[in-house]
Amino acid sequence: MITGEQILKTVSGLLHQGLAAAGVSFLAPVVDRVAAAVAMFLGISVFVMFLVWMERKVSAHMQSRIGPNRVGIFGLLQTVADAIKLTIKEDIKPVKRDKVPYYIAPIIAFVATFMGMVVIPFDRGVSVQDLNIGILYVIAITGFTVIAILSAGWSSNNKFALLGGFRSAAQIVSYEVPLVLSVIPIIMVTGTLNLSAIVEYQAAHGYWFTNPLYAIPVLVSFLIFITSATAEANRAPFDIPEAESELIGGFHTEYSGVKFAMFFLGEYIAVIVSASVAVTVFLGGWLPPLPMLGFIPGFVWFMVKLVVVIYFVMAFRWTFPRLRVDQLMAFGWKVLIPIAILNLLLMGVVELFLAKGA
Amino acid sequence: MTDLLLSQIKAGGESQFGTDEYVVNLGPQHPATHGVLRLVVKLDGETVKETMPVLGYLHRSIEKICENRTYPQCITYTDRVDYVSAMSVNLAFALATERLMGLEAPPRAQWLRMVFVELQRIASHLLWMGAFAGDIGALTPFLYGLRERERILDLFEMTCGQRLTYNYIRIGGVMIDILPEFVPKCRAFLDYFETKVPEYEGLLTYNPIFLERTKGVGVITPEVGINSGVCGPSLRGSGVSCDVRKQQPYLFYDQVKFKECLATDGDCWSRYRVRMDEMRESVSIIRQCLDRLEPGPIETKLPPVLKAPPASEIYSRIESSRGEMGIYLVGDGTAKPYKAKFRCASFSNTFVLDQLTRGWKVADIMAVLGSLDMIVPEVDR
Repeated sequence: MITGEQILKTVSGLLHQGLAAAGVSFLAPVVDRVAAAVAMFLGISVFVMFLVWMERKVSAHMQSRIGPNRVGIFGLLQTVADAIKLTIKEDIKPVKRDKVPYYIAPIIAFVATFMGMVVIPFDRGVSVQDLNIGILYVIAITGFTVIAILSAGWSSNNKFALLGGFRSAAQIVSYEVPLVLSVIPIIMVTGTLNLSAIVEYQAAHGYWFTNPLYAIPVLVSFLIFITSATAEANRAPFDIPEAESELIGGFHTEYSGVKFAMFFLGEYIAVIVSASVAVTVFLGGWLPPLPMLGFIPGFVWFMVKLVVVIYFVMAFRWTFPRLRVDQLMAFGWKVLIPIAILNLLLMGVVELFLAKGA
Repeated sequence: MTDLLLSQIKAGGESQFGTDEYVVNLGPQHPATHGVLRLVVKLDGETVKETMPVLGYLHRSIEKICENRTYPQCITYTDRVDYVSAMSVNLAFALATERLMGLEAPPRAQWLRMVFVELQRIASHLLWMGAFAGDIGALTPFLYGLRERERILDLFEMTCGQRLTYNYIRIGGVMIDILPEFVPKCRAFLDYFETKVPEYEGLLTYNPIFLERTKGVGVITPEVGINSGVCGPSLRGSGVSCDVRKQQPYLFYDQVKFKECLATDGDCWSRYRVRMDEMRESVSIIRQCLDRLEPGPIETKLPPVLKAPPASEIYSRIESSRGEMGIYLVGDGTAKPYKAKFRCASFSNTFVLDQLTRGWKVADIMAVLGSLDMIVPEVDR
């Protein structure tokens, strides 16, 4: 049986041997970090390209179309072609832009979401940094995107962009609350913020959904999490900051070329991060669905679960109309947050009187 | 120092700390305006204070051009007035001219006209449904609608060779007889289409987000609707009976059974409801027309040069896909109309927009605009 941890150990072992042979083994910690970051960047970029292709195929399937099928086998290289197109495109800038925030915004949007990937455990012992406050970190760092979107909207000097920026600020701030509230029940039970430890808890005590005590509150939490995460990533039906039929492109109306690509990439990475957290916290991360399937490496299971969750997020986008801005706020504050708080209470009761008493 | 500041504030009055209106131009190039309609919208945050449609970006002076063309030549221009429902405008002009000159098309031509106009109504409503859903943010129904519209366009292409501007309904009849396989193909389409309507309804009608966005939004009360000249399905959504096919039957609409689709609330959802029901009614009308189609001539013998009687005038109206389509013609004894005026449903429906959107959000402009079903070339002509 091969595990992700073994692969990781082998690769880093080879790296360290190479460094020792060159006589610079004191650089090993630095090289480790850099290698991890590069691997992460490449892996995520390729995965995003796959997701963009997948989204096109999913939407095509739902709309009785064929989707991309010309570039590469099954059109898999279509996104590569598009990425090349975006990089060599003329960079059109509004003359009266506010220069500094205009240039920084796409970088923040990309970096803030990308940083969220750092603590995700892909397999037992496989994460760039196994942080003890993992969940808190992910939610905090991805919350930075609001700064990017707001400054993009402000600095573009475009009325639609500004409206999009304002909408986004309101939306992300509102949906951060149910997002956090939906994770707290899990933290209450597991007693840790560490993402790997939460998976280990599930490995020891079984999946949440197989435990009749926890099944209902965790399911509610999961649904709230997916809904809020979709809103956090500005995806339909919560895509009001870039509502095409109202605000043209919303906050990225005035961005083109690479800067647009960074926003675009950021949106997809935000989806990946949210889905990864959902998989880790609610669906058992790298654990196989049945113990007898354990011979398949953990990171494969992780990816399978991730793609399934992302598929549902994509299916939402191509099924539902878009909410209006006030309805979106009302839904967040009047529906999701009360349910999340009640759910928290329910989990507390379950944990205090039933699980511990049993 | 403080006094100075205070006096400055007093002198400046409100203007020093006053807030400006946020004026946004939705259009002429904007993804939601279905062409080149421009809306100057005054906003207070997200709330709409005023919506002012600015027209003329697609003005092609079709009415004036018609004054310099003979009557049969004008038909070609009518296609361009409403490209989504070209058959209806063809029919409106052909009927007006026939009435002006005291002509009548043979029965087969009349039945064929009904078949094509009703097919066109379905095609137009399908495109509308997709665009409306797209305005609200659901992109998938658009492709479902186009999938079926494509089969209607195939039927049109089979008959007259064109897919958008048909020039098929002519003065005194129709351009060409249908092919023998048209009737079975059309029936097959109708059977297929009836199974597809529930699909659209499943995707939209009772979708909670769709209901949130359309129920109670943009309510046209019967009084406002009648006073603003709203017509067609948009007015029927308010429960006002205004179907020209019923009130002033033309062709053989008095010989087929169909019901006028009405809704009660006058909001976007009611207008959606009316159009979905109209598609079903059109299917039943087409079936009845196909049943009663009998062999015969398809056009009356026309004089070599078609001249209107001197000092004659006519206002003739039909129910196009968008509402009342009226043609006013003045003849002066020559082969060209002295004056041609198109009374288009989209134009009269546009100006209720301001009343419907005041105090609502930006996103509601799109929902209301979509639900009124306007076609910009028909507004500007």
